[in-house]
Amino acid sequence: MTSSIEATTTGPCGLSAGEIECLRCVAGHMIPASAVHGVPGADDDVILADMIRSPGRDGAALAALLRRIDAAAGGRLAALDAAVQVSLLSAMRAEEPAALAVLEAVVCRAYYRDDRVLASIGMEARPPFPLGYKLPTTDWSLLDPVRQRGPLWRPAD
Amino acid sequence: MNRTKINAPVDVLIIGAGASGAAVAWSLADTRMRILCLEQGDWQQTSRYPSTGRDWEARQFEDYAISPNRRAMPADYPVNDDDSPIKVANFNGVGGGTILYAGHFPRMHPSDFRVRTLDGVADDWPIDYRTLEPFYALNDRMTGVAALEGDPAYPRKAAVMPPLPLGRTGEVLGQAMNGLGWHWWPSDTAINSRDHEGRAACINLGHCGHGCAQGAKASTDITYWQEAMRARVEVRTRCRVSRIETSEDRMATGAWYFDADGEEVFQPAEIVIMACNGIGTPRILLNSASERFPDGLANSSGQVGRNLMFHPYALVRGRFDQPMDGYRGSRVFMWSMQFYETDPANDFVRGYCYQFTRGAGPVATAINGMADGLLPWGEGHHAAFRSLFDHQAGMVSICEDLPEAINRVTLDPQLRDANGIPAPKITYRLSENTQRMLDHSVARGTEILKAAGARDIVTRAPLSYAGWHLMGTARMGTDPKTSVVNEWGRSHDVKNLFIVDGSVFVTSGGVNPTSTIQAIALYVADQIKARIHDLFD
Ligand SMILES: Cc1cc2nc3c(=O)[nH]c(=O)nc-3n(C[C@H](O)[C@H](O)[C@H](O)COP(=O)(O)OP(=O)(O)OC[C@H]3O[C@@H](n4cnc5c(N)ncnc54)[C@H](O)[C@@H]3O)c2cc1C
Ligand code: SF4
Repeated sequence: MTSSIEATTTGPCGLSAGEIECLRCVAGHMIPASAVHGVPGADDDVILADMIRSPGRDGAALAALLRRIDAAAGGRLAALDAAVQVSLLSAMRAEEPAALAVLEAVVCRAYYRDDRVLASIGMEARPPFPLGYKLPTTDWSLLDPVRQRGPLWRPAD
Repeated sequence: MNRTKINAPVDVLIIGAGASGAAVAWSLADTRMRILCLEQGDWQQTSRYPSTGRDWEARQFEDYAISPNRRAMPADYPVNDDDSPIKVANFNGVGGGTILYAGHFPRMHPSDFRVRTLDGVADDWPIDYRTLEPFYALNDRMTGVAALEGDPAYPRKAAVMPPLPLGRTGEVLGQAMNGLGWHWWPSDTAINSRDHEGRAACINLGHCGHGCAQGAKASTDITYWQEAMRARVEVRTRCRVSRIETSEDRMATGAWYFDADGEEVFQPAEIVIMACNGIGTPRILLNSASERFPDGLANSSGQVGRNLMFHPYALVRGRFDQPMDGYRGSRVFMWSMQFYETDPANDFVRGYCYQFTRGAGPVATAINGMADGLLPWGEGHHAAFRSLFDHQAGMVSICEDLPEAINRVTLDPQLRDANGIPAPKITYRLSENTQRMLDHSVARGTEILKAAGARDIVTRAPLSYAGWHLMGTARMGTDPKTSVVNEWGRSHDVKNLFIVDGSVFVTSGGVNPTSTIQAIALYVADQIKARIHDLFD
C-alpha cells in the first residue's frame, strides 16, 4: 500500500479534517512506532492515508465515533496533553469496548497490510492468491491410537 | 400493481440456486423436463474474491462479509435478528451459502435420525441414515470430498480423494487428543486435496470462508451448476421470488418474482421446489398467504417458520510457544466426535463435534487480540502481537440445537427488502440444554488446549455472528398435523410443492449440515423421478 494523500484535508471517505486529526491521534496511541521492531506507527502518513481511503462499511460509524471522542475531549483530542489523551481513550475503551472495536478494526486493517509492517512480522507483501502457501505433509500414523480404540458411533436400529 | 408479464411455463421451477437447489436441479436434469431455477443473486467473479488483493483481510468485511445486513448488496434481503443472540450469516447468489462456507463436510450420524427413540427428546426423522447413505456417497463424488477412510466415529464410508494436510496445528492438537485418549480425525472437506473434475487442488490460501479464488473449494456454482447447465437446466439470476401462486384445486401454479429491472413477472410451473434455505423458504411460504391458505402456504400444521435451529457455537482459542500455521491452510482440517453422542454422565442430552481451527492473518490476529484483552494499545502492542501472530490455534464446538416451536421465523411487520417483500424476523433463544452443552464444550476444549501446551486461552459462547446453519423451519414428518413436508419432501398441503433445503430438518445433529442438506435434495429428486407417474396423488 503505497499511495498517500494529504491527511489534513477531507478524506475521500468523507471524514472531515477534524475527524482525520482525531483518527491520527488515536491511531498513534493504539499502535505507536517502534524503533526496536523497526516499524512505523499507525499514525504514519502512508498508513493513515490508506486508512482514510478504506473504512468501507464502517465509514459512518467511524466518523460518528471520532466526533464523540473529540467531544469527550472538550473539542479536540489532539489539543490535549499526550498523557491526558491516553487516560481519556483508555476510559472510553473500558466503558464501551464495542464502540471502540470499530476504530480498532479500521486501524488494524490498514496497519497490518503496510509493506514495512509485513516485512517486520515475516510476511511476504502479496495477496494470498495465486501463489498460496505450503503446509508440511502429514504422517497419518498419528491416528494409530484412535484406530486402536475402535468404533465410536452409536447404532440406531 | 400491473401484473401482466407472464413467462412460458416450465415443468419444474426451483427457487434458490444454493447448495440444495443445485443438487436437485442436477439430479432432475436427466428427466429432460424443462427446468428453471430463479435466483435472486448473481454469478460470482472469482477475480473479485478477497484473496486476490493486498487488502484481502479488509475485504472479508465488505462485499463478501458473512452478514447479509452488513453486505446489503442488491442480492441481499435484510434480516431482523435483533431478538436473537445468534445473528444470521448467509450468501445470496448462485452457489448460495457454499460461496462462503468453510467446506467442513461431516455427515450426520445414524443416531441423529432417532433422537426420540434413543434419547426421548424432539422427534425421530421419518427417514434414516441408511436411506440417505447412497445420496451422501453420490454427493461426496459430485462435490469432491477429501477424507481419510476408517473414521471410527462413522459407519464405513468411501473417500473420494486423500484428506487435506493437518499442518503443524493438527499435529500438535492430534497429539494432545491422543494424550487425553479422545477421538479426533482429519475432517471430510468439500475441498480438493488434488485436482478433481477440472477443478484445481487447494493451495492453502486460508480463504475458504470468503470465496475460493483457486476453485478448490466445492461451491455449487462450479460443481453441480456447471453440469446441470450442460444438461440444459436454466438458471435465471437477479430474480427475487415474492410468492407462490395457487389454483382452486390447491396446487401451486408458479411463482411471482421481481426481475433485475424490478418488474413483477409470473412464472408458471407444474412443480415448484423451494431451495431458499431455512430462513428464505419459510419467508416466501409465509408471504404466500392467500384466501385459500390464510396462514401461509403449506402451513396447515402451523409449523412453517417454527423450530428454527442454528447450531450454537463456542470458540476456544489459545496461544502456543511454538509457531503454528497461522493464516496458511484451509480453515477446516480436523474434527473430534468424542462428545457427539448422549452421555448419561452429562447434564444435557445429545452432543457436539469440535471443528479445530488454525490461526488467522495479521489483521484478524490484531482485532481478535484486542477484543480478547491480549493485545494492548501503546508500547506493549508490538511484542504482544508477535507472541500471538502465527502462534494461535483452537477449536469451535458445533452444538446440537433441539427444535423448539418458540424459535422461529416470521414476517417483519415493518422491514422490507428492495422489492418491498417483507423481511424475515428471527425470534430465538438458547435452551438450557444447549447452554449446558456449550459450557461443557468450553471446559473440554480448554482441557484440550492446556494438554497441547497452550496459554492465554480465550473462550466465547455462544458465538454471535455464527448463524450460518439454518434448519428446521418446514420440518419433515409423516403426520400433516405436525409437519410441513412428507418423508420425501412433498408438502402435505400442496401436492406439487417440494422443499429440499435445511428447512426440512427434524433435528439438527451436532455437525455442519450441508452434506445432509444436499443428500436430502438428491434423495427428494430421486423420489420425484421414481414417483413421476403418480407424483401428485
Ligand atoms: C460463513 C459460512 C460458513 C459456512 N460453513 C459451512 C461449513 O463449513 N460446512 C457446512 O456444512 N455448512 C457451512 N455453512 C452453511 C452452508 O452454506 C449452508 O448450509 C448451505 O449453503 C445451505 O444450503 P441451502 O440450499 O439450504 O441454502 P443456500 O445455500 O443458502 O441457498 C439459498 C439460495 O436461495 C436464494 N434465495 C433465497 N430467497 C430467494 C428468493 N426469494 N428468490 C430467489 N432466490 C432466493 C439465495 O439467494 C441463495 O442463493 C456456512 C455458511 C456460511 C455463511
Ligand atoms: S485454503 Fe484451499 S479451499 Fe480454502 S480458499 Fe484456499 S485454495 Fe481455496
